Amino acid sequence: MSSNNGRRRRRDMMVPEAEFRSYYGRPVIKEPAWTLEIPWYFFAGGLAGAAAPLAVAARMSGNERLARSAVTVAAAGIAVGTPLLVSDLGRPERFHHMLRMFKPTSPMSMGSWVLAAMGPAAVGAAVSDRLGILPGLGRAAEVVSGLLGPVLCTYTGVLVANTAVPVWHEAGRELPLVFAGSALASAGAASTVLTPAADAGPARRLAVVGALVELGAAATMERRLGELAEPYHQGPAGRYARLARGCTVLGAATMAVAGTRRRWAAMAGSGLLLAGSALERLAVYKAGFQSARDPKYVVKPQRARIEAANR
Amino acid sequence: MTQTDLPTPTFGGGYDGEARPRMGFFTDTSICIGCKACEVACKEWNLVPERGPLELSGTSYDNTMALGANTWRHVAFIEQARPVQVPDVDLAAAAAAAAGAGTTAPQAREGMRWLMSSDVCKHCTSAACLEVCPTGALFRTEFGTVVVQQDICNGCGYCVPACPFGVIERREEDGRVFKCTLCYDRLKDGMEPACAHACPTKSIQFGELAELRERAEGRVQALHEAGFGDARLYLEDEANGIGGAGAFFLLLDEPEVYGLPPDPVSTTRDLPRLWKAAAVAAGVVVTAVAAAVAGGRR
Repeated sequence: MSSNNGRRRRRDMMVPEAEFRSYYGRPVIKEPAWTLEIPWYFFAGGLAGAAAPLAVAARMSGNERLARSAVTVAAAGIAVGTPLLVSDLGRPERFHHMLRMFKPTSPMSMGSWVLAAMGPAAVGAAVSDRLGILPGLGRAAEVVSGLLGPVLCTYTGVLVANTAVPVWHEAGRELPLVFAGSALASAGAASTVLTPAADAGPARRLAVVGALVELGAAATMERRLGELAEPYHQGPAGRYARLARGCTVLGAATMAVAGTRRRWAAMAGSGLLLAGSALERLAVYKAGFQSARDPKYVVKPQRARIEAANR
Repeated sequence: MTQTDLPTPTFGGGYDGEARPRMGFFTDTSICIGCKACEVACKEWNLVPERGPLELSGTSYDNTMALGANTWRHVAFIEQARPVQVPDVDLAAAAAAAAGAGTTAPQAREGMRWLMSSDVCKHCTSAACLEVCPTGALFRTEFGTVVVQQDICNGCGYCVPACPFGVIERREEDGRVFKCTLCYDRLKDGMEPACAHACPTKSIQFGELAELRERAEGRVQALHEAGFGDARLYLEDEANGIGGAGAFFLLLDEPEVYGLPPDPVSTTRDLPRLWKAAAVAAGVVVTAVAAAVAGGRR
């Protein structure tokens, strides 16, 4: 079995590995064809998706300075994320085939439509705000972007869960929330950086709340995955997960304790939270590959299901 | 996660008068001799490129290892240290004959069992690849099979991890995904798929799915009566997580021994629950933003 190289200290805490059979230890399912553009798109899209509603809420509360920062973050996230997504395609010149159909059974189709609607809205809103042109249309675009944002930063959890990859599929209940928390933390952090301290209170609070959601949802996910959570403790996914959680805890603590009084603390906290958010996506991404590669994650739960049904 | 039961898709939907009976494969692995004629015929007919330089896998005679973009039929070879069942051989008589001839006698507890099986795309009823495909490149043909339209596929790769059998794959130098078409072109001309045509033992049988299922029932019965209690059908009916397969199998051991998932489930069966989880998460985003802003400017 390929996963026997886990750290010794952890191993004696684990349930003994039951016997399972396979074809020469070969994978049953394929690893995703995706490359690193995908987790970075999840990060950028999440940043945009959570910043967009923050812009709308800040504007409604009269905090124009924060609204400007958030709308900029939303536009930047979309502007960076969309090309990443296109470049991951095997045939990037056919990206527009994504809009041939509207297909609710394909989270990627739904995401493409959300992105197609939100992209122009978020970028338009930011351009209008910065240049002061067509303010009415700009505000309308900001609202459209703010309404679609929460979908953009959570559908990606459905996207990965809607696969045969065990560590993703079985975490379907928690993954959208992990991504939502990660998105809130990053959007709050990025908006904190771009906003003068006197106006950045909501962004700092959002960053801390997002971090707590991210940490809580990730912990719940691992607990419910049980033995299947193993990839989160091994190999690259394990390293990313530990780093992500370290950065997020430290970032949230710095922001919460000193962020209001010390500008440097707010900046350092933001940096750590942004890093933690990106690393969390990388951890989830890598864990999926690790669980697809080892047939035990596919065979053992299915075998257990059959045995439970026969009992 | 617990599953939601989705209605089984109606076959022939959208084809009106042009709908045809659902066609498929019954692969009877008990008579596969591992000749790989199916692999070769498939490659030749469908102009499937080579996988790369020929390599020896070191695992019996298998040098293709898995289904993929460039392997649409894959013959698995499993060597098991257990005696071959030879019900008609009288071991005592054979030992006497061997002693007379000065040769080695066959032993009851010696030898190995060699399982060979030609794997292929299952053309699932609930085909996850087709359901997750955002472009509509994957479609259901009038024969009930699942095929990629190569002029539509943009290589997003979503079908690759969605398939519970690891069948479909992106061809890296091309950028698009490829898999078995159940020889859609040949079917349209009333011919059987190349693999079934080339199979010398009729281990690969092609036909109307309903008829194949009956035939398979008969075959497994006959094997049980002949003392091959290991024989079992895999994916032969609709009582599985993929709602039935267009290609099903007679196996002599557990599916996972052949590299097949023992209880495959189409991931989209859970999709309603997944969207609900996303709706809750989106609600958390809205609430968190509202609360953060309501807390004041500083």
